[in-house]
Amino acid sequence: MIWVIHTLNGVSFGMLLFLLAAGLSLIYGLMKILNLTHGSYYLIGAYAGSTIVAKTGSFALAAVAAPLLVAGLGAIMERFFLRRFHLDELPQTLLTFGFLFIFADLCLWIWGGDPVLLPKPVPLASSISIGGSSYPLYRLFLIAIGLVIAAALWGLQEHTRIGAMLRAGVDDAEIARAMGIDVSLLFTLVFSLGAFLAALGGVLGGPIIGASPGADFEVMLLAFVVVIVGGLGSLRGALVGGLLIGLLDNFGKVFFPEFALFTIFVPMAIILSFRPTGLFGRA
Amino acid sequence: MGRALLIALIGAAAFAVLPALLPSYYLGLVTKMMIFALFAMSLDLMVGYAGLASLGHAAFFGLGAYTVGLLIVRAHVSEWIAFPAGVLAATAGGALFAALALRARGSYLLMITLALAQVVWGIAFGWRTLTGGDDGLPGIPRPVYFISLAGETAFFYFVLLFTGISALLLAAIVRSPFGRALRGIRESETRMQALGFNVWRHQFTAFVIAAGFAGLAGCLYVYHNRFVSPDFLHVVVSAEALIMVILGGVGTLLGPAIGAALIIFLEDFISSQTQRWLLILGIIYVATTLYAPRGIIGLYKEYTARKKQR
Repeated sequence: MIWVIHTLNGVSFGMLLFLLAAGLSLIYGLMKILNLTHGSYYLIGAYAGSTIVAKTGSFALAAVAAPLLVAGLGAIMERFFLRRFHLDELPQTLLTFGFLFIFADLCLWIWGGDPVLLPKPVPLASSISIGGSSYPLYRLFLIAIGLVIAAALWGLQEHTRIGAMLRAGVDDAEIARAMGIDVSLLFTLVFSLGAFLAALGGVLGGPIIGASPGADFEVMLLAFVVVIVGGLGSLRGALVGGLLIGLLDNFGKVFFPEFALFTIFVPMAIILSFRPTGLFGRA
Repeated sequence: MGRALLIALIGAAAFAVLPALLPSYYLGLVTKMMIFALFAMSLDLMVGYAGLASLGHAAFFGLGAYTVGLLIVRAHVSEWIAFPAGVLAATAGGALFAALALRARGSYLLMITLALAQVVWGIAFGWRTLTGGDDGLPGIPRPVYFISLAGETAFFYFVLLFTGISALLLAAIVRSPFGRALRGIRESETRMQALGFNVWRHQFTAFVIAAGFAGLAGCLYVYHNRFVSPDFLHVVVSAEALIMVILGGVGTLLGPAIGAALIIFLEDFISSQTQRWLLILGIIYVATTLYAPRGIIGLYKEYTARKKQR
């Protein structure tokens, strides 16, 4: 039975990783930007969400308002800073790293150094019984919402006009521009969407992982591993990679606590040596 | 070349008299600057000459440092063995990383080097029984090589010797046919391939050499600090090396050394004034990228070019 519990833990954590990796992957796929600030979006989402919950008592409001705030932040970063260095990875990396420091220090300034754990929304705070042991309902909710968002993103990408524009932009931004697609607007939209998803991950992950100084680095790193494994620019890769890394991380922590990171990185290195572009990435 | 040698000699002479002029605290700070100058120059061999962007360079710095620390504290090995072993371990780590990472380019390479470096950090952080985990390994004494290097002055000369020789070696490497080939590869891989150069082997060699020098810097730093902790390996250190390179000037060896000295000085100065060093460092990153993308050397060249025009 313990296996079921650990698997559910891994899958629910994997769904959070998917939220982070999906944005990272979309942003990279379209703009070839390696966004090191992605973990900060998660952290700001979690902190801002905790403040909103504390002030209004509404988790649902926090799950909408905090990601919107962060999406605005993402739009500003893209339009006023990153845009100037299109396809120039070194300055982009340094810019996003600079913002990582700035946001990390501002968060420390505003919210202090103590870890913050969001309260679970009341209807989901209870536990249900799985094979004799009780299991928190909230984690099952995470799995469900992760699947819903995955389906929504897939629908957006495959069945809407914006999605078609996005796919065209990923394939060839220059040609897409020549075809009359407003690639510039698309860049800002996708960057904000990525920031939104990361911050949503922060709010939703708030009750189980929480926010603390350094969490930005940790989740950013895990999200990187997910996209390296899954392949950059691929939603399916983000989902499969997220689940895989979520499970590996969870079982690693249970069985090899001293080498927890190893259970993630060794598979990553193996996949990298056989498929350098990841499981679903295109060369 | 004659002029460069003259500058190098004057520079060496200027450094040699520093211990007579500076109080011990600032001498220690200059020692730290030289160590990070070496570290930044080694990264520039990759970034500036071979065109390989890396966010994992701290791994080699830390591998060197931890090898020395572990051999001395845990295995009680002679300093004559520990020091070269540290450089060797970093070089070997560089070969392993290069083999894994060099299939990728650009942002992908940045991400993979970052992830690989984090593996090393993870081992140092997680394997408490060996590495002491978060607490690190304290109590690594300054070595005795013929004479004791415990004093700041003696240690300063020790670091000066190694940084100076390394800088000359790196300068020789980038001026050699190998260094020229690297620059050619940076500009166009396909063209160099068509000319019959083995691109992968050149990049691999540059990666491994850079890792070796980074390891040497790490070995020096562990003696400087007398302890080693997972912070040595953190991605922040890798990024700091990258900003030193860019702030000074990519593709010049002097630039990264200046960038390193400047960042170390600012870090020391600003953190003595305020708690908000991280915020200011972040602003330095953003401002450098926006206003001095070619670094201090670049700004200086622009300035002299404008002066000539007038």
